[in-house]
Amino acid sequence: MRTVLYLLGLIATAILLAACGSVAVREGGSAVPLRGTGDLGLVIERASGHVTLVNTSSREAYARIGGLGDLSHASVVYSRDARYAYVFGRDGGLTKLDLLEARIVNRVMQSGNAIGGSISQDGRIVVAQNYTPGGIKAFDADTLELLSEVPAEYAPGQFSKVVGLADVPGNKFAYALFDGGEIWVSDFSDPKRPVTARYPAGRQPYDGLVTPNGRHYLAGLFGEDGVALLDLWQPEKGVQRILDKYGKGEEKLPVFKMPHLRGWSVAAGRAWLPAIGRHEVLVADASTWMETARVAVKGQPVFVMASPDGRQIWVNFAFPDNGWVQVIDTLSGQVVQTLQPGKAVLHMEFTPRGEAVWISARDDNRIVIYDTRSFLRIGSLAAEAPSGIFFTSRAARIGF
Amino acid sequence: MLIRRIAAGALGLLLLAGAGLAVAEPTPARQKELVHMVRQDCGSCHGMTLQGGLGPALLPAALADKPAEGLVATIIGGRPGTAMPPWHRFLAEDEAQWIVARLMEGFPK
Ligand code: HEC
Repeated sequence: MRTVLYLLGLIATAILLAACGSVAVREGGSAVPLRGTGDLGLVIERASGHVTLVNTSSREAYARIGGLGDLSHASVVYSRDARYAYVFGRDGGLTKLDLLEARIVNRVMQSGNAIGGSISQDGRIVVAQNYTPGGIKAFDADTLELLSEVPAEYAPGQFSKVVGLADVPGNKFAYALFDGGEIWVSDFSDPKRPVTARYPAGRQPYDGLVTPNGRHYLAGLFGEDGVALLDLWQPEKGVQRILDKYGKGEEKLPVFKMPHLRGWSVAAGRAWLPAIGRHEVLVADASTWMETARVAVKGQPVFVMASPDGRQIWVNFAFPDNGWVQVIDTLSGQVVQTLQPGKAVLHMEFTPRGEAVWISARDDNRIVIYDTRSFLRIGSLAAEAPSGIFFTSRAARIGF
Repeated sequence: MLIRRIAAGALGLLLLAGAGLAVAEPTPARQKELVHMVRQDCGSCHGMTLQGGLGPALLPAALADKPAEGLVATIIGGRPGTAMPPWHRFLAEDEAQWIVARLMEGFPK
């Protein structure tokens, strides 16, 4: 496979070389056609430790890279030049990929059990969040050399799983401690000596997000009805509880998969958040943080994602409703589309300006592409048990 | 589907009554579904390789000292107050027993 790709690459390069003059010659002689990365991205193939590199303009895959270890629950951040992807694997592998040369440039094993990572405001530090041993670790974004770590020891000898890691302005990272019930903010101004502030948050925060402007950090709570909100402009005020008791004391429905939060949940001046144990999307005003509405949906929401223009919210669901996707119109607050993209829909990603959305259907081994205006399928790609889809437009966003 | 489940459940009960711990084996097709479900859907919390995530590891060494009936009860009924949900809508008791037996000896790929 590798050799075939390599040969194809060589042939393509030769043709391009012959066809036009715009090539850069790397040290060592081989040449790469000049191109930007703004319309590139990658798809995680969770079962086989591969990623497929994709082009959102041609809607095609252009390379496939293996050897990335256990990629179940893998996540990806991009360097600020949007050329390199950092892939955080479940097994603690941290792999740096070059999207242009379609190859692994570096790889380290950083922990036993990881669930994601983030990159600093200045792009120099990548940070991994770990379940075991619980804590975060900071690496040099160039060399992947370990710089420092913050163990999530919330009480003497007790370590927490870390969730919801997000970069925030000031080369800081905010994250939540599932077992410790706290939000921590670590300042990496001196990357080798991070300084951490702790804020009690509530029972079992399961994930977190920072708003697109970098001001508010929200941690969804599993063990309580509500969301913990920290104003990073005035953290000394501590955590405020929003959407408190949204379950109204009613018994929760079972949650067969934890929802995911990220800064894409803010649109049209409101935050759109998955309810836990309820088939609802909760809506809060993003300045007063008061609940303004609830939208009934088909199942327990997993991803609640705003389109880049904020007009639509696309929602997928936990098992057993994971064959559905629903679209909420943010103007009317109504569900306007119900789609069946395939079996076991795991993730959705908008193209940079949102004319299309790519959806992974794990058990169909397929990525399905929809037009966001007509809701028609406009393409599809084969991929082995695809999960996360990550486009380079994330490189320039706070909290991605 | 439902009828098959009920039949399987009834058969399981009969076998249980007759032969102590013996349980009905799910059909090969159902076994395949169960393996997929454990790796993928249980795996979202326990990890696809079952080495643990939000939920604890479900590898033989981690489960060795735990009584199988308790683990079966956890799968069927969940553990209130934790993130472990009940699976009785999707798994018959004998299927949960089959899963626990496979987990304890090393889960099939
Ligand atoms: C939404 C997350 C989640 C999912 C999905 C999930 N589990 Fe769990 N599971 C947990 C958690 C959390 C615990 C630990 C509960 C506790 O603290 O006692 C657990 C505990 C268990 C235990 C007991 C382990 C022990 O050492 O006592 C078993 C067995 C188990 N799960 C099996 C399963 C199976 C089989 C499935 C799929 C059919 C599944 N789980 C799906 C979260 C989950």
